[in-house]
Amino acid sequence: MEIFVQQLINGLTLGSIYGLIAIGYTMVFGIIGMVNFAHGDVFMLSAFIALIFFLILTTWLGMSSIVLALVIVMVIAMVLTSLWGWAIERVAYRPLRGSFRLAPLISAIGVSIFLSNFVQVAQGARNKPTPPMMRDVIVLFQGESGYNVVLSYKQIVIMATTAVLLAIFWYLVQKTSLGRAQRACEQDRKMAALLGIDVDRTISLTFVIGAALAAVAGTMYLLYYGVVSFNDGFVPGVKAFTAAVLGGIGSLPGAVLGGLIIGLIETFWSAYFSIEYKDVAAFSILAIVLIFMPSGILGRPEVEKV
Amino acid sequence: MTAPSTIAADDGSAPVRFDLVAALKDSLKAGAIAFGLSIPILAFKTEQSGGDIFLRPRWGLVAVFVAIIFGVRLLQHAFHATKAYRLATPDAHQATEFVHAEPSAFQKVSRFGIPFFLGIAISFPFLIYLIQGGLDQSRYWVDLGILILTYVMLGWGLNIVVGLAGLLDLGYVAFYAVGAYSYALLSTTFGLSFWVCLPLAGILAAFWGIILGFPVLRLRGDYLAIVTLAFGEIVRLVLINWTDLTNGGAGISSIPRATFFGLPFSSGEDGFAAFFGIEYHGMQRMIFLYYLILALALLTNFVTMRLRKLPVGRAWEALREDEIACRSLGINTTNTKLTAFAIGAMFGGFAGSFFAVRQGFVSPESFNFLESAIILAIVVLGGMGSQIGVAIGAVVLVGGPEILRNLGFLSAVFGESFDPNEYRLLLFGMGMVAMMVWRPRGLISERQPSVFLKESKAISSSHVKEGHG
Repeated sequence: MEIFVQQLINGLTLGSIYGLIAIGYTMVFGIIGMVNFAHGDVFMLSAFIALIFFLILTTWLGMSSIVLALVIVMVIAMVLTSLWGWAIERVAYRPLRGSFRLAPLISAIGVSIFLSNFVQVAQGARNKPTPPMMRDVIVLFQGESGYNVVLSYKQIVIMATTAVLLAIFWYLVQKTSLGRAQRACEQDRKMAALLGIDVDRTISLTFVIGAALAAVAGTMYLLYYGVVSFNDGFVPGVKAFTAAVLGGIGSLPGAVLGGLIIGLIETFWSAYFSIEYKDVAAFSILAIVLIFMPSGILGRPEVEKV
Repeated sequence: MTAPSTIAADDGSAPVRFDLVAALKDSLKAGAIAFGLSIPILAFKTEQSGGDIFLRPRWGLVAVFVAIIFGVRLLQHAFHATKAYRLATPDAHQATEFVHAEPSAFQKVSRFGIPFFLGIAISFPFLIYLIQGGLDQSRYWVDLGILILTYVMLGWGLNIVVGLAGLLDLGYVAFYAVGAYSYALLSTTFGLSFWVCLPLAGILAAFWGIILGFPVLRLRGDYLAIVTLAFGEIVRLVLINWTDLTNGGAGISSIPRATFFGLPFSSGEDGFAAFFGIEYHGMQRMIFLYYLILALALLTNFVTMRLRKLPVGRAWEALREDEIACRSLGINTTNTKLTAFAIGAMFGGFAGSFFAVRQGFVSPESFNFLESAIILAIVVLGGMGSQIGVAIGAVVLVGGPEILRNLGFLSAVFGESFDPNEYRLLLFGMGMVAMMVWRPRGLISERQPSVFLKESKAISSSHVKEGHG
């Protein structure tokens, strides 16, 4: 029972991170119908940006408040990662509109390889640890065998940040004119353009929002694990994509739901089955979901247009 | 960055040759963005000593990076402006009616080029022997030749799936792994010889291709790619974790060497050298392996070329162009895809068992996603569907970094510790994007139509549009 509750907490934390990344996949897929394969590496890049600014703030500028430092780091990481997201879309994806169908995916794989290798060359291949931060925990209840169920401050921060940001972005997509333009482009790009919506700008902004949320996930990942390396983008990226597909690609709440489910499956699998095969489990879910329920839990079934 | 503005005016006035101010402004903007991108990834390097982590600033590198982006952007503007100017001002001698097209440079080259390249490939060990002046000195080059040919073969195998059938397979390396492990396990457990295992490895890989392909081939293009990626990773993770069978991450070592149809390459009585009455030399085995992989690669090419002319090959290409049209014409799309998948997998399996026999050692780390990506990069950069393009792609992508490494002046420019192999993937990634943006049909984009009336004629890529099906 104690293990169950503990894994539930861990799974929800991990799931929040996956959910944040999954939103980037799902929004881009919704609007231009491409799998942004490089999104996982954008996430990894943002974790590096966060790491470097965290070091600048704490060791060079001597900032003592970790919470304040984290907030500043997160904002900076969001801005700079958004710039990356924007630039990637501009250079690698925009010229491919109207090209053959696999072109954007191949281009995205190219961007993914480029990004991970770029970070490897620029920062070195070793794992980069952060100085320890927020190590306090709250003991929720004590089990009879001395196993404590704990909720760490980190986990509270991660889940709370995710919830707040999701609320903000949910408002953005549902209530603002940007969100309306986005949903219009999703339905019919040509018609939206005819009605005076700047389609290119809307798509750019979608990438920017996706990258900003990936940056939040990157900062949270860094906070949670305290270590990042150049190839940390691939597996979380694939898992987040799995989450997006599982939740129903194109659906925002679906992405978060999928993220939480994937996070829970992963932690429970590690706890009760075998930790070696946890990635096999994630990849298998991806394959099974894509084959048997490609429209996911909350998604609309796709209609093939001639 | 932003698409270069063509400066030719719309209102009929004379086009401006080159608007330097606008170009400079835009280049500065690009430079500013590059500056933003390089903070903090380029500007600060995280260094570790012991458990500590600290930052080392390097603004010089940022300056160089920004300057490069600025320069490239400016050149791009100049180039586009010149082109726009040329297009906007018609030449007095310019023909206004259609001209009968001469055969393109590629068509002329390919007539003599293919026998030429083939000749080079066949005589490669002799040429190297003559150039290097000895068997021992040529070891490195023959080894490099074997490596390149392995990738040529893998590229051709994947080309069947990606280039001909238009199915993006991101897990091709799984079949390579199946082939390698089939040979490694069959030979170390049952003592089967390489010549028995080679067809078995191919059959097993094709079998796996069918098993994995069957459920996924109903999916649309990019989903298919992701599922094959997942399968590729699952195969690798299982190879790592199923230690009873595969010895896990440590891999399988001391795999028996290839024999010359039963004659081992050893200095002993019953060896290859003794049988033919020549002096024993370690390079004999290498040269044999070279010709073995050359033969396997050529077999792949031959089979592909023949298959293209069969109904199934034509169905593949039709499928690539338009799946819905294919279905309405009564082509069984699932079976057609499955054959492409299985045949591609089979050649991957052959290449895998060759890999195992060459290395004498296999481990799961040789079969990660990056390997799939490299093979895909070879196919994409060579031009999907073009056989000679894929071969050139493999030579450039695999041989290129090796040759760069041996150029002394590069390390003189970039410092002693410069290793081009580090930047290989960086360039591959950029190359893949650049190819998709500028030459989506590959560097060699001409291809021979498989069906023609009376006379064969290469057609330009612009006439063969990739379908959206």
